[in-house]
Amino acid sequence: MAESLLTIEHLTKKFDENVVLDDLSFTVKQGEVIVVVGSSGCGKSTLLRCINALEPIQSGKVKLSDEEIIYGSKTLAKQRQQIGMVFQSYDLFPHLNVLDNISLAPVKVQKRNKSEVREEAMELLKRVGLEDKAMSYPRQLSGGQKQRVAIVRALCMHPVLLLFDEVTAALDPEMVREVLDVMLGLAQQGRTMIIVTHEMQFARAIADRILFIDKGKIVEDTDPDTFFEHPSTERAKQFLNIFNFERSK
Amino acid sequence: MSIEFIQKYIPLYVDAAWLTVRIGIAGIVLSILLGLLCAVVVYFKTPVLRRIAMVYIEISRNTPLLIQLFFIYYALPKIGIRTDAAVCGMAGLAFLGGSYMAEAFRSGLEAIENVQMESALSLGMKSSQALFYVILPQALSISVPAFVANVIFLLKETSVFSAISLMDLMFTAKDLIGQYYKTTESLFLLVVFYLIILLPVSALGSLLERRLRHAGFGS
Amino acid sequence: MPDLGLEVLFKGKNMIRLLGGLWVAVKISLISVVISIPLGILLGIIMTRKNPVIKVVTRIYLEFIRIMPQLVLLFLVFFGTTRALRWNLSGELSSVIVFAAWGTAEMGDLVRGALISIPKHQYESSAALALSPAQTYIYIIIPQTVRRLIPLSINLITRMIKTTSLILMIGVVEVLKVAQQIIEANRMSSPNAAFGMYLTVLIMYFLICWPISMLAKYLEKRWR
Repeated sequence: MAESLLTIEHLTKKFDENVVLDDLSFTVKQGEVIVVVGSSGCGKSTLLRCINALEPIQSGKVKLSDEEIIYGSKTLAKQRQQIGMVFQSYDLFPHLNVLDNISLAPVKVQKRNKSEVREEAMELLKRVGLEDKAMSYPRQLSGGQKQRVAIVRALCMHPVLLLFDEVTAALDPEMVREVLDVMLGLAQQGRTMIIVTHEMQFARAIADRILFIDKGKIVEDTDPDTFFEHPSTERAKQFLNIFNFERSK
Repeated sequence: MSIEFIQKYIPLYVDAAWLTVRIGIAGIVLSILLGLLCAVVVYFKTPVLRRIAMVYIEISRNTPLLIQLFFIYYALPKIGIRTDAAVCGMAGLAFLGGSYMAEAFRSGLEAIENVQMESALSLGMKSSQALFYVILPQALSISVPAFVANVIFLLKETSVFSAISLMDLMFTAKDLIGQYYKTTESLFLLVVFYLIILLPVSALGSLLERRLRHAGFGS
Repeated sequence: MPDLGLEVLFKGKNMIRLLGGLWVAVKISLISVVISIPLGILLGIIMTRKNPVIKVVTRIYLEFIRIMPQLVLLFLVFFGTTRALRWNLSGELSSVIVFAAWGTAEMGDLVRGALISIPKHQYESSAALALSPAQTYIYIIIPQTVRRLIPLSINLITRMIKTTSLILMIGVVEVLKVAQQIIEANRMSSPNAAFGMYLTVLIMYFLICWPISMLAKYLEKRWR
């Protein structure tokens, strides 16, 4: 049995009086790929932001390898280095070229040797098929290329956990695939990941476990086949039905 | 128009212009620092400092430089704060310019998507690192047009310095008009010297602005 | 507590005199604003024309007025025209001429900016809805332009009021001049009058300009 990497205990998050996450608890084991699904506004993106302490939480605990992650604490910057996060869009730094985007944090934050970092960055870029874009600026890249760079930027910090917040939601359909393929590759390498996505087929292909969240609560926590074939709750059935179309004629 | 007169008094205008430029630049540099400080304090919502900065910005923007200078130069000595005219001009310009620069930088900062800060933080940067490496470089380049407009505005505002008996261009022109009644020549030189100071700044500004608008990062 | 010279303010008719001086400055700015708004709108519309001659002429006017310090413009009109045209302009009239010319340039530039900032697809979608060009202007373009313009024109009023403080320098008796006179008259009895008087003038300007700026800010937020 692999040890648990991330533990969430009784996490509650409110925006003013509005409860967004309601007493959530779950654990993520080393090497596990968790996909979080649910209708928009159910709190799944907020969950990722709380794990990375981009939002304060009202009660409960988030623990990474038994160390609690606390919003605004002194150790937060150190802990965040272990968590890679990729956002929906606009998160590359537009004033830096691709290589500088990737190497900024490893060099300035982790104080690693610049040429080594650049070498590693080139290696990672090659793996996602973008080695010829190293000197390009974000505005010269397509949406799919930007997101692959964002993934490389996160990887270059050597994180133990990766968070993906609807990384393909703002992309044109033909670019979604290239990003998802990179993520599938990471899953095969045994990376620990938590993915929020609306791509149901992809979710089924990549997930070890599906968390279905509705109104801030975990409604189903199961393996993908069970979730997609035999959802046990009415709400999950309704949710999955959105993705089915019947012939109208 | 008497060419002779003009030739004779050009050196006087050169000295006066030099005074304007010197005090102007010093005041503008101070106002950049003050403005940057205020903008950052407001951006990070630093508890007490933010309030102070916002009150200062309102006072500075809603009163004329001439009155600010009168207050610093003639009123403050009555409560024991004495400054010579040059320092007063510099301080007044910085007091006025600080708020204009703050607004320019602040709108630059506000134009940066929140996710920029968040992705910097999620890469493990401290907020000061995120500010210096990620947010400020972008914000400053966005505020270039407003910044240039402020520089021109502040250089123009230096024209009231003669009110606190600094021998600037206005002072020189008025003096010559009063002494010799050479109105046309004095005013001609006045306009020419202001153009010499202001036109290059304005031209540089529109050049910078055009490059930023059409290019942006990465070309 | 040091003597701040505030008592002079309440001596005799000093407060009334100061307010009278302030009114001179405010009156000149209001007259100038009233003249510059219609002229500025006209200038702004003219500047969007493609005619090269109009473009060059308006451009030179705009650039010259905007690059010269307003005080230089005041000197040019007040001292310059007296000499060149041999007439005697009062300080007040010179001020109105200068501030109206300056306000027209500023307003014209605002109007032009607002007009060209309306995105092309606004025209296109109006055309696609079969609106005539006149209807497009009346229902689509002008309402959007006005919303952008009103906060900016209100800001122009505060700029105008602040700038009118300069008329002291061409000998118009306004609030600052009145303050100087009061300070001079009370030199013996209240040596610190300068502090109280100049502080009062500063506060007076603030009390006029601040509410107007707040209104502009509020409208800008509401109509964005």
